[in-house]
Amino acid sequence: MFKYIVKRLFYAFLTLLALTTLTFFMMRLLPGDPFIGEKAIPETTLKALNAKYGLDKPVYVQLWMYIKGVFQGDLGLSIHYNRPVNDIIAQAFPYSFDLGIRSLIFATVMGVLLGIVAAVKRGTKWDTVTMFIAIVGVSVPGFIIGALLQYFLGLKLFQLTGIRFFPITGWNSFASKLLPAFALSFGSLATISRLMRTSMLDVLGQDYIKTAKSKGLSQKKIIWKHAVRNAIMPVITVLGPIAAAVLTGAFVVENIFAVPGMGKFFVLSIQTQDYTMISGTTLFYGAFLVIANLIVDIAYGFIDPRVKLTDAKE
Amino acid sequence: MSKIDQSQFEWIGANVSDAESIKRPSTTYWKDAMHRLKKNKAAMVCLFFIVFIILMSVIVPWVSPYTISEQHLTHTDASMFFKDSTDGHMHIFGTDTLGRDIFTRIWAGGRVSLFIAFSAVFINFIIGVIYGGISGYIGGAVDNVLMRIIEIINGIPYLIIVVLLMMVLPPGPTTMIIAYATVGWTGMARLVRGQIMSLKQQDYVIAAKVMGAKPSRIIGRHLLPNTLSVVIVNLTLAIPSAIFTEAFLSYIGLGVPVPLASWGVLANDGSRVFQMYPSQLIIPAICISITMLSFNLLGDGLRDALDPKLRR
Repeated sequence: MFKYIVKRLFYAFLTLLALTTLTFFMMRLLPGDPFIGEKAIPETTLKALNAKYGLDKPVYVQLWMYIKGVFQGDLGLSIHYNRPVNDIIAQAFPYSFDLGIRSLIFATVMGVLLGIVAAVKRGTKWDTVTMFIAIVGVSVPGFIIGALLQYFLGLKLFQLTGIRFFPITGWNSFASKLLPAFALSFGSLATISRLMRTSMLDVLGQDYIKTAKSKGLSQKKIIWKHAVRNAIMPVITVLGPIAAAVLTGAFVVENIFAVPGMGKFFVLSIQTQDYTMISGTTLFYGAFLVIANLIVDIAYGFIDPRVKLTDAKE
Repeated sequence: MSKIDQSQFEWIGANVSDAESIKRPSTTYWKDAMHRLKKNKAAMVCLFFIVFIILMSVIVPWVSPYTISEQHLTHTDASMFFKDSTDGHMHIFGTDTLGRDIFTRIWAGGRVSLFIAFSAVFINFIIGVIYGGISGYIGGAVDNVLMRIIEIINGIPYLIIVVLLMMVLPPGPTTMIIAYATVGWTGMARLVRGQIMSLKQQDYVIAAKVMGAKPSRIIGRHLLPNTLSVVIVNLTLAIPSAIFTEAFLSYIGLGVPVPLASWGVLANDGSRVFQMYPSQLIIPAICISITMLSFNLLGDGLRDALDPKLRR
């Protein structure tokens, strides 16, 4: 187990290093110079400025300085807001995290339940309906679902009934969190339910389920005690990628519903070409997801001991 | 009951060649798969939609009386089926805020979106098959290193890499293809590697080796053709993901430059005036969704057809 965790940690570290290096070279490839645009700067001042920011040093030294800065948590100053990127993240991320966690929980719980229903009632109209929802969820991008929900449930329903069930924008009351969370979770929900159904069907065909049936256990006990516990494994492995999908999906969903989270800043920074903000948020997202993946991997190792065995064999 | 006399029967003897004769036409694996696919109604409907969308994207921008950037300032934000009284043409999907014909833009946008999706997936296919093929066939230390590289690339969410790349490269469809292809090939490479690894243990590969076949022949003749069914299914399912990426990037402002249209750009434009003119968002949204849905369902259908064992 220890070896497995160390190995995972090592990969997470390598991934972060790769991401930081990539970001550094991307920033260097961008056209322009930080001191262009000011009035003609005297040669000596330019030299002093370059020396101050370390721009006169060779590239590998600059890379090293950059990596050191990033690993110490310094993401630089936003050009557009003229505030440290760290501050902006600290202020905006809690909203995104709130939205993301709600979506993730909703997607996982509903996805697993739908998958179970579809597998147990395989071939009936339950199965058809569930799998239809799933395929639609995979095929319709979150921003479209968000816009449609906003229009029909937020605006039209209000115009029809005169009661505001769902506020169109904002992030304060519980009702205002429902639509964005649903829009964000729909795609992941679909993925999870499809996965759960396949895995559940697989488990239901196993011999120990037959044994449990012939012992005379109730259907309820067979499903919850014997089938679901084994079938849920693949769902746990995809939670890392699902978290990534939810976070990146939040870029647009937050924009649609005017949630004051990071997605809004991220999209805005792309539109205003605020390079430090983009690289800063990218690194932050990257690190967050690498850590999320790491947690999922380690948790999986604990839940399913077979993982590290197969891992050691290869 | 009357007795049946033995003379009523005639002994015709055993006809071996007739008993063993093949009455059904001989069929190949692919013919058989096609036959199964044709029986899948949902997949056939999707195939029809895909062909329809491709044809419309190719034809409409040619024959349309309007161009994608032509503005009609007398009737901006026109509703659907608006008839232009000055030249007698109809704006089937109306016009947008700048007075451009949406019908023309939708299909011209379809061209761009589908071109991006197909090219990106094709590049993924080439890189993935070569990378996965090498990794799976050689195995050992090479495989270990190649797979660790993939693991690291996969650790970073691909949309984030794509956004970073899009910032550096000049905007345009080519950039989008490059950005998607840079990170999109890993799934294909893993898939091909897994297939090759299990296939190379098969007896017929060992037989080919014993008979002195060169590695290039074994890979090209025995291994790759057998991975084809899995690869085709994966390609079909990768296209909706590429379409989604294009739409997503356009939506956050990294799309193809104006006046070019793509479905993502159109959805983004439409979302700005959504509250007043919902059709301007809903039309591109339907195009994106129908296309993604069709490819997804066709991919499922192909999987069932090509590998009936997996059918649930």
